Amino acid sequence: MKILIPVDNSSLNGDVSMSFGRTPYFLVYDLETNESKFVLNEAANSQGGAGIKAAQYIVDLGANILITPRLGENAAEIILAAGIKIKKAHALSAENNIQAFVKNELSDLIDIHAGFHGHH
Amino acid sequence: MKIAVLSGKGGTGKTFVAVNLAAVSFRSTYLDCDVEEPNGHLFFKSSISYSEEVKVKIPYAISSLCDGSRKCVEFCQYNALAYVQEKLIVFEDVCHSCGGCVLVCPNGAIREKDKVIGVIQEGQSNDVRVISGFLNPGEASGIPIIKNILQKILLEDEKVFIDCPPGSSCIVMESIKNADFCLIIAEPTIFGVHNLAMVHELVSVFKKPFAVVLNKCSDEDNPAKTYCLNQKIRIIAEIPYSEEIGNTCSNGLILVRELPKYRPMFQNILAEIEKGNYK
Repeated sequence: MKILIPVDNSSLNGDVSMSFGRTPYFLVYDLETNESKFVLNEAANSQGGAGIKAAQYIVDLGANILITPRLGENAAEIILAAGIKIKKAHALSAENNIQAFVKNELSDLIDIHAGFHGHH
Repeated sequence: MKIAVLSGKGGTGKTFVAVNLAAVSFRSTYLDCDVEEPNGHLFFKSSISYSEEVKVKIPYAISSLCDGSRKCVEFCQYNALAYVQEKLIVFEDVCHSCGGCVLVCPNGAIREKDKVIGVIQEGQSNDVRVISGFLNPGEASGIPIIKNILQKILLEDEKVFIDCPPGSSCIVMESIKNADFCLIIAEPTIFGVHNLAMVHELVSVFKKPFAVVLNKCSDEDNPAKTYCLNQKIRIIAEIPYSEEIGNTCSNGLILVRELPKYRPMFQNILAEIEKGNYK
């Protein structure tokens, strides 16, 4: 089972990113093997629709679980269509969130926001 | 002559000046391109003789023809498309109706449908032809409506006043693109000057002849005037900060029609614009 977490830097004890679409990296964590890797989020520099592009990316990476502090409605539509479960991050570091998930301490993310779409 | 009336900040008096210039001109056309909050029609109270829906094209996929190549998803610069569980998802609010996805699909699986984003209304107020655009709430961009409004300009229109949206973004660029002259309205606040500088840069990039009208002028320091003097920008009028003017506007009335003593002020602005030597 693959867990994806938006993170501010490529370190397990680094902070979870407050933005899903524009997070610099994603942590890809394999629960069976306990292997972790960090991938660059190419959607971060999009002028618009970053959440959509990032969501497509994590779907293509084969994510099963997404742990994130918040999520916009466009990204959520894609992630839910792909059958990925969304959990609300509640700790600061990526590692602590994985431990919390394993202990079944994370709740489902239900407060999907309307997005932070800039006008241009 | 097409005169665009614009300002960086909202509430400086674009509509006030544009409406009154149109009202003192003989047989003019007033175009309200501030499609997110059009309010010129509230002053003109024009009868509506013509109304037209403005539509844009939104793509959709014929799933039996789609082989999942994702050429459209890769192509879309706005990230309006996603492909999940062998289905194309279209985010209509993000789509800019460029039509590129239709062109790049190797299987002809993408078709387009119309989506209404707003309306244009045309009417008459004395001898002013009034055309206003209304963008539906929640729509991302008013540019298709502005393009449509500007197409309503006729060859025989001698004086066209384009009431622009505030700011200096794409919709403003669209509004001033074909203007012969840009009239910038500035108010005496620090915030106003900051945005005046942005609009000054915009009209300079577009190489448009331009001048400034200082609105709401009082005896106190006017940072907008200081900016204009420092930048050697031509000031063609200083409209006083007055209770009489404010009340007339607040009541939805056109100043030059209610109080004829103000006609020369606006006639003079027109004469100054027509004089040339703008810079």
